[in-house]
Amino acid sequence: MVVIVGSALAYTSLSLKPLQKKNAADKQMVDILGALGVSTTRVEAKADFPTYVKERLSLDFEGNVLHVSTGDVDPVDSSDPFNLDVKKDYRSKRPPSELSFPLYVCEKEGEKIYVIPVVGSGLWGPIWGFVALESDMKTIYGAKFDHKGETPGLGAEIKENFFSDKFKGKEIADSSPYFTIFKGGSDTHINSVDGITGGTITSVGVGEMIHRTISIYQGYFESVTNSSEQ
Amino acid sequence: MSTENSAITPKRESLFSKNNRKLLKDPLGDSNPITIQVLGICSALAITVQLQQAVIMSLSVLFVMIGGNVIVSLLRNLIPDRIRIIVQLVVIAALVIIVDEVLKAYQPDISEKLSVFVGLIITNCIIMGRLEAFALANKPGPSVLDAIGNGMGYAWVLLAVSIVREIFGSGAISLPGMGQVKFLPQDWFISSGGFYENNNLMILPPMALVVVGVIIWIQRSRNEALIED
Repeated sequence: MVVIVGSALAYTSLSLKPLQKKNAADKQMVDILGALGVSTTRVEAKADFPTYVKERLSLDFEGNVLHVSTGDVDPVDSSDPFNLDVKKDYRSKRPPSELSFPLYVCEKEGEKIYVIPVVGSGLWGPIWGFVALESDMKTIYGAKFDHKGETPGLGAEIKENFFSDKFKGKEIADSSPYFTIFKGGSDTHINSVDGITGGTITSVGVGEMIHRTISIYQGYFESVTNSSEQ
Repeated sequence: MSTENSAITPKRESLFSKNNRKLLKDPLGDSNPITIQVLGICSALAITVQLQQAVIMSLSVLFVMIGGNVIVSLLRNLIPDRIRIIVQLVVIAALVIIVDEVLKAYQPDISEKLSVFVGLIITNCIIMGRLEAFALANKPGPSVLDAIGNGMGYAWVLLAVSIVREIFGSGAISLPGMGQVKFLPQDWFISSGGFYENNNLMILPPMALVVVGVIIWIQRSRNEALIED
């Protein structure tokens, strides 16, 4: 019985993998564009993506650029930063020095916008999202979050716009903690937003993932700022 | 739960014999899993905001129900009594995972909206209940009919509730593959100078309970035999 069930499940999983991968890639484009404030659908995402996303970078943990891709996304090219699996990297035990981190350099209405993928832990499973920073690399232009299986009505609300809209205009702090989420944060702090009532652990997870990821990208941002000043 | 075991007859019977029709018809009305037995309410409340979700959910439950009933019915003489629940769970869980994978591949948007509720089909009392009460004691043939009957009984309530909720809550109707069609003219709405406003309460879960309640009310007022004291 175990053998039959096991092989049936393995077969389904393997045969549907390519389609699911394509769906996941489409979804990733929709979410990146969502963080930019561009609403699109799965079908149109492929055409819209190169219009806004000009460069796809991968960085090491100190912020040095490892690889740059432009133009259309190649789904099989493993060196394309778009295909870096940040969720898998987050789960793996490998130290950050062995990982590379994707960064999307986008352009919207003449403004340069940086989109950073973030991954963290919610209450029941992984949460992830994209944070878009303006060209000063401090002000948050927009954000988009999603989750695997947070509680509907509570933690799952992070994917709704009312939550991600609160990030607009907030700033990344100059030092640690770069971003926090707590009750009353929206009104009192420029580096914080409110959590979701009843979804504390998920909310804190969102804050933690932004803080942790931003701290990795700081090296790159500093190098960009320094080079533009000189 | 009064229809059990009535299908065991020594003689081979035609597909549309009285017993078989009863198996199909009863769950639609007088022993409906949702309105009479009040099982499977969790998913009925959670995913009836839009018709397209309800359609996909109904099909998923129907598939798992038929598959589960047939497999357990085929295995019914092999399954040791003491571990039957575990065996049933394995069967249901495997089918649900297959459904989940297929939805992720072919209906990604709806799969996302249904989120955990596809996985929760595993714990849907209707399915476990039918395996336990019917498939374990009957041949595959009647079991299929029982599964279709109960699956459809679940489905029509879901569809009815979601149609009401979507029309009044969003002023629209959606079907898988079609997306949401807003059929009310835009200038009817107060926001553009009209007189009409969508009822936001309809989108919230409590309203599903009210709509199910209304269905139960109508059903019992038409058939007083269903009223318990």
